[in-house]
Amino acid sequence: MAHAHDIASKFVVEAYDIHKSFGDFEALKGVNLTVAPQELVFIIGPSGSGKSTMLRCCNLLEQPSRGQVKITGEEITSRGVDINEVRQRIGMVFQQFNLYPHMSALGNVSLALRKVKKMARSEAEDRAHAALKRVGLADKAGNHPTELSGGQQQRVAIARAIAMEPDVILFDEPTSALDPELVGSVLEVMRELRESGMTMVVVSHEMRFARDAADRVIFMDGGLIVEEGTPERIFTDPRSDRLKSFLHSVTGH
Amino acid sequence: MERFLDQFFNLEVMARYLPDVAAGFVVTIQLALSVIVTGLLLGLLLAVIRAFQIRPVNWLIILFVDLYRALPPLVILIIFYFGLPFIGITMSAFVIAWIVLASVLAAFAEEIYWAGITSVNKGQWEAARSTGLGFTGTLFYVVIPQAIRMTIPPLTNRTIAITKNTALASVVTVEEMLTVAQTSLAYAANTSPLTMAAIGYLLIFFPLTMASRWVETRYAWKR
Repeated sequence: MAHAHDIASKFVVEAYDIHKSFGDFEALKGVNLTVAPQELVFIIGPSGSGKSTMLRCCNLLEQPSRGQVKITGEEITSRGVDINEVRQRIGMVFQQFNLYPHMSALGNVSLALRKVKKMARSEAEDRAHAALKRVGLADKAGNHPTELSGGQQQRVAIARAIAMEPDVILFDEPTSALDPELVGSVLEVMRELRESGMTMVVVSHEMRFARDAADRVIFMDGGLIVEEGTPERIFTDPRSDRLKSFLHSVTGH
Repeated sequence: MERFLDQFFNLEVMARYLPDVAAGFVVTIQLALSVIVTGLLLGLLLAVIRAFQIRPVNWLIILFVDLYRALPPLVILIIFYFGLPFIGITMSAFVIAWIVLASVLAAFAEEIYWAGITSVNKGQWEAARSTGLGFTGTLFYVVIPQAIRMTIPPLTNRTIAITKNTALASVVTVEEMLTVAQTSLAYAANTSPLTMAAIGYLLIFFPLTMASRWVETRYAWKR
């Protein structure tokens, strides 16, 4: 999964001084984020803290009002950048899965391979089959999203992202829309990805997973990064009152 | 009862005028199919162009759509039929009826497709765009297929309603089924030709309604 771009920078994702306003509301007030190759960065924080907006600024689904985003050293916030080319290198997994309901799992995974990477159908489908196999859904290639459970749908969405062989995958609350008993299968896939060296940025409330799997945890509140550190440090030694009260509210003790 | 049968199901009259009504039946089918195909395609084309949000173009589309939806089709038909020769354009009555009805269908269809396009979840756009698919690719591969599936029921309703207006073409001398039936009715002093026309319309529009139901179930997906 190494790209030539990796050499240009020691970071896969760099975001500097990101601001984002929606009308009068300032969602981000100057956030810096760097993600090293093979790193799993977890972003936690209360709703409205700006964590999802920050994630969406990394592939310009949200255009920052101010600031700079670089992917493998290439500034993507500058004019004249072909964002469609850049996005092929940034996978994204959404809270609501956002699978294409009119296509089979295979169609969902192979669409961008065929229409963006311009692969022949057979080659694209081979790669899509491999991606589906990797998320444990080799036998569901022909099924439409409505025939799959939430957990299976989200794994198809992950397959759609990894089939593009991106430099980094952004996860926007990937398990928040799932029934509790389906969360495990998705986390299992994410854990496997992490072990295979995929660079990941995860916005999530899965604190146990963060503790187990993350290299670094970032706590955001009010559009700013309040604290960041190793999971150990964030969860056992929170320093700010805001993080303390947040951890208290999510863990319930 | 006998008088009723004689007036509406007079076999002798029916046999005499069957060739004429059959010829009108063919014209009606030709007109209906032309209107359906071109109207639905033009409507889709307009909705697709509108999706690109080019302001002056969108104003034109909205003007076209609102005009054609506001005016009764018969009024448009008469204006075109009697008006166009004055500006030096002569077309056969059939072509005028085709263009007018196809435009009316296109206007309604555009609004229906457009509603479908805008009702496709924003998440679909984001998912497709996040894989590097551009605006146009997302529109064609992800959004429009879903929009069309969603709009099949209202679209078929509207298509049938407007296609039935082929009967209006009788006003501008198109030799379609109703024209022929009315002429025959006058000659025979008997309404049986009209009965044949009614059966003819059923023969056309019953299969159409059934086909639309088949399309609805064929392309529906569970939500």
